Amino acid sequence: MADKILRLGLDGHDRGAKIVARALRDAGCEVIYTGLHQTPEMVVNTAIQEDVDAICLSILSGAHNTLLPKVLRLLKEKGAADIPLLAGGIIPDEDITSLKASGVLEVFTPGASTGDIVAYVRRHVPGRRGAVGA
Amino acid sequence: MAKTKAGDRQRWTEETLLPAIEKKPERDTRFTTVSDLAIDRLYAPEDLGGAWDPSRDLGMPGEFPYTRGIHPTMYRGKLWTMRQFSGFGSAADTNRRYHYLLSQGQTGLSVAFDLPTLMGRDSDDPMSEGEVGREGVAIDTLADMEALFQGIPLEKVSTSMTINSPASILWAMYLVVAEKQGAPWSRLDGTIQNDILKEYIAQKEWIYPPRPSIRIITDIMSFAAERVPRWNTISISGYHIREAGSTAIQELAFTLADGVGYVEAAIEAGLDVDQIAPRLSFFFNSHNDFFEEICKLRAARRLWAKLMRDRFHAKSPRSWMLRTHVQTAGCSLTAQQAYNNIVRVTVQALAAVLGGTQSLHMNSLDETLALPTEEAVTIALRTQQILAEESGVSHTIDPLAGSYFVETLTARMEAQAFDYIRRIDEMGGIVSAIERGFPQKEIADAAYTYQLQIDRGEKTIVGVNRFVQDDKRRPDTLRIDPAVESEQLARLANVRATRDASRHAKAIEGLAATAAGKGNLMPAIVEAVRAYATVGEICGALKPVFGEYREQSVL
Repeated sequence: MADKILRLGLDGHDRGAKIVARALRDAGCEVIYTGLHQTPEMVVNTAIQEDVDAICLSILSGAHNTLLPKVLRLLKEKGAADIPLLAGGIIPDEDITSLKASGVLEVFTPGASTGDIVAYVRRHVPGRRGAVGA
Repeated sequence: MAKTKAGDRQRWTEETLLPAIEKKPERDTRFTTVSDLAIDRLYAPEDLGGAWDPSRDLGMPGEFPYTRGIHPTMYRGKLWTMRQFSGFGSAADTNRRYHYLLSQGQTGLSVAFDLPTLMGRDSDDPMSEGEVGREGVAIDTLADMEALFQGIPLEKVSTSMTINSPASILWAMYLVVAEKQGAPWSRLDGTIQNDILKEYIAQKEWIYPPRPSIRIITDIMSFAAERVPRWNTISISGYHIREAGSTAIQELAFTLADGVGYVEAAIEAGLDVDQIAPRLSFFFNSHNDFFEEICKLRAARRLWAKLMRDRFHAKSPRSWMLRTHVQTAGCSLTAQQAYNNIVRVTVQALAAVLGGTQSLHMNSLDETLALPTEEAVTIALRTQQILAEESGVSHTIDPLAGSYFVETLTARMEAQAFDYIRRIDEMGGIVSAIERGFPQKEIADAAYTYQLQIDRGEKTIVGVNRFVQDDKRRPDTLRIDPAVESEQLARLANVRATRDASRHAKAIEGLAATAAGKGNLMPAIVEAVRAYATVGEICGALKPVFGEYREQSVL
């Protein structure tokens, strides 16, 4: 299992993203944390360059309905639609349904434990490159 | 002070306590605050120690070191200002919410800007896509600011604006709106957050690197001292540091260390400490741990008073006073069983009041889901009014003073915060400490530790890791109409098309020239605002001179 955490949007809240990044790292994943203020283009380019097994995006600003579909579209355009996209943040239930329908693999909301997230990634994100898993 | 007799405690331990514990052990082996500070079973006079001196350590209300509060009468004279942070959608949408809140008895305004505005970007900037009007109100030009305060006499309200890197611009807009209303600048009351150091530490909404950012701040301080003397030029903020996951002591320490940094910068810029210090205000978080929060505020006042008098040799008592706003902890709210948040917020607000805050924002029950609805924000405001008018806590000053526990914890938090400040001094001050990632790393470590404690069930969050209910009901939440963005883009395009182009070009040129020199930036920014320059254009004129900040991410 290898995994990459990327951060998207103007939003400056990075507490959740950093905690998830550390939890995945402690669970044995290779985590690449891009830091704040990333555009969808930047996220997708880095994901392809680094050949990641998954993209995890944290969005607390309410822009998820604009930014997540854009990431999915860019992944498709660049022939990388097989990279699963996970999201976390303040995302209302009705938006989760439509985001999942449009191709977001899973959405974690406030209260999700690091254990839940690590377990989910282990189960659903097999390392294509046979990267080390814990 | 009356002491318990020597030996009382030992006798009690042997005769009463140990047999009781043997029969029935305590619930836990270690009791801690939310910040993981160990708390003893019992506090007694001997815990305060022989060194504790109420006349030195507490003083009297309205007097050094202000442990008991900054006003001689505290809430008997004037209740705290009830100030609900608010902004969403367009300026007209937010203006309607302000009129509603004022009509319901709110006593001050507090503006929440959207992310593009906070980052100094226009609504039509590619980075702004999807963010316009989402987390706050979208402001691009003076025209938006005029709409925001339509029908609100700025001479009569006090307004707090949560804006940092572009604070000079939004403040200039406010000043020009006031001028157009005929309100003299000398009579304006309000606050700009303008605290860039905590942006690098915690909130991460920056534009320029630290050193030019500090120049903008000292320019604001000196402009205010001359022209807008009642304005609070910085609200030195621990709130975001805590939200990023710090402990209470880290919040206290890094906030006061930021304060020290601003005072040092002002002195270095040739300003007199007693000219600028009375206009500094503070902004703290109030989290779940009741006593820890009360003691944090008391310790903050005492430590700041000592720093200002003894380290900076400020002469005016107004320079020694730590005046503060408090907001309840957004990060403590839960999406699960969201109505429980009303109770959490009440406890947090009560701590802020017992800690002696000057103004208060109570979060609404739905804020972990979305921006608050009018109904939710009304409950929050009513809770403040119930605390103020019904609970009786406002009748006497600092009612917890002298409590063995409260005084011990206050002293301990002050000492540990002071220790952090000393370490930061040894690193060459707060800017150097930030540049080497010190506060960032301390906070990230604390946030991670806390999350693991929750995940392991060592800390209880009702409805999240205990007393969980399979309840999918959610309160109705506020939805921002996606049309807000396109309408804002149209308004912005209209301003760009109709403003006086030559006055605008001249103003932007003048601003860039001032930035390249040493003059005060504020007059040039005010002129650019009058010429209807956008927030993004003004920042754009400064970026080539000041550069842009890039963070080295600390995990």
